[in-house]
Amino acid sequence: MEALASTSTAARRPQRRLRERLLGENPTAWAFIAPAVVIILGLTIVPVIWSLLLSFRSSDLISPSHSVGLANYKALVHDKALGAAVRHTLIFTVLFVPLSIVAGLGLALALDRRIRLIGLYRTLILVPFIVATAVQGVLFSFIFDQRFGVANSILHRLGIPSQGFLDDPSQALYIIILIALWGSIGFCVIIYLAALQDVPKELKEAAAVDGASRWGVLWHVTIPQLAPITVFLVVWQTLTALQLFDLVYATTRGGPLESTVVIVYYIYLQAFQLFHAGYAAAIAYVVALVLIGLSAMQIVYRRWRVAHP
Amino acid sequence: MSIRRPRISPWHLALAPIAILFGLPFAWMLISSFMSTAQINRFPPTIIPSSFHLEGWETVLGGAEFPRWFLNSTIVAVVTVISNLVFCSMAGYAFARLKFRGSTVVFLLILATLIIPFQITMIPTFIVMHDLHLSDTLGALIVPNLVTPFGVFLMRQFFLNLPIEVEEAARIDGCSRLGVLLHVAMPLAKPALATLAALTFLVSWNELFWPLIVINTDSNFTLPVGLTTFQGAHSVDWPAVMAGNVLTALPVVVAFLLTQRTFIASLTSSAVKG
Repeated sequence: MEALASTSTAARRPQRRLRERLLGENPTAWAFIAPAVVIILGLTIVPVIWSLLLSFRSSDLISPSHSVGLANYKALVHDKALGAAVRHTLIFTVLFVPLSIVAGLGLALALDRRIRLIGLYRTLILVPFIVATAVQGVLFSFIFDQRFGVANSILHRLGIPSQGFLDDPSQALYIIILIALWGSIGFCVIIYLAALQDVPKELKEAAAVDGASRWGVLWHVTIPQLAPITVFLVVWQTLTALQLFDLVYATTRGGPLESTVVIVYYIYLQAFQLFHAGYAAAIAYVVALVLIGLSAMQIVYRRWRVAHP
Repeated sequence: MSIRRPRISPWHLALAPIAILFGLPFAWMLISSFMSTAQINRFPPTIIPSSFHLEGWETVLGGAEFPRWFLNSTIVAVVTVISNLVFCSMAGYAFARLKFRGSTVVFLLILATLIIPFQITMIPTFIVMHDLHLSDTLGALIVPNLVTPFGVFLMRQFFLNLPIEVEEAARIDGCSRLGVLLHVAMPLAKPALATLAALTFLVSWNELFWPLIVINTDSNFTLPVGLTTFQGAHSVDWPAVMAGNVLTALPVVVAFLLTQRTFIASLTSSAVKG
């Protein structure tokens, strides 16, 4: 039995050699990458082109579409509702990005020390980030509920009149920013904490020996050393902010009085509620170009950093 | 003889209140899931209840919806995690170790998809799922996420950094490429596989946007979609909504607390390598 098995492998081995000589490792390699190629390229590269074609057509997702030329792109320039969505998205971005990064850096610097309970503090600050945005949104819908919420209860005890919060068109967007900050500062904190471990101790010590104060070391050594991470976070948080959807859906669904409709929420409405798929694709394409541009800038910056250390 | 007094760092004065501020909403979520609607409907609302009630949990666990959504979320997450571990390893290994025509082009294309935002691919993906008769099934939630570009990239980087000598020894002993991957490379790649599993689970469990688009039938919802729908329909039954919220958050929080290092590694990997 053993002898039989060994002769058969011996017979197979030259066969494999021959195949490898002719084809190299091509068949094995393509078998290995086939699932990734089919799924990733099939459901990303193909849809990217498909979307572009769709943006020049009128389509309701189900019945056959027809060409409309540049009409979708012309329409989006004059769409007042889209203009409002862009404005809401920009307000969100302009407040969310710097606040989350500054708070994240401040907290990371405070948490970067060996004291008791530090692990607990880090965990508590990070946990909001890992739970689903749907959970965050539903939880804060309750906390900021006009009648039953704990927020108004606290204001009541302080003698401040009840607020509308998510039901007030002038407050809702800012409440959403507050919830988003609670949910994502933890991410900035752990990224900065990881980066702080890589700041060379010798640099800080050398600055201290040269008579720099603690603030001096922080301002002239630590923060410049963190620059690549700050650039990464600015881009990452901006991409997150421009693509805001989940939190709006889980809290206000765009209301009250459409005061929290943001760009991606508007695309969702156009594509899957109003079935203007061609128009939605056109808006998505314009937004995507901005997002891809931002990512590309980050990549170029990284390359440049590596070339000019 | 000197007496050592434990010195309490002044940093606690700043850090403790901030940490409590981050944790307090969760405490409130848990407490209110054990309140009665009468306790919540009082004005001003109760903050610390005098008695605990199980009505909210009975609605959530006794009904048909939440257990079903929990099961759906679990199926989608488990299948997605396993398939990512297998397919990302295979592709990552091929790009790291095998020489084949077109490898650079295909790898760069996969890498490029990392910066393609979901908004431009979602409409065609929806149509593809519809044509494959997968829309409104769990399959539509699994298929697009069977293998992710980030996972392929992560595994390739890891395999590139493994010493090649062990693999060569196995090759000389007549082991096939698949054998080397399964018996030599993957056992060495446990840290990378853990990172990939944690990240894939997190993303899959928390996903709201895509399931919202592609699933219509209640019984096929995952927890995030179910939860937001349930809240829309039962906005006065806050104890039940909060119980459902706890149920949705719990698996991720427990997994995080048990394997904090792995989770943190997977979150920071996006910054360091992505």
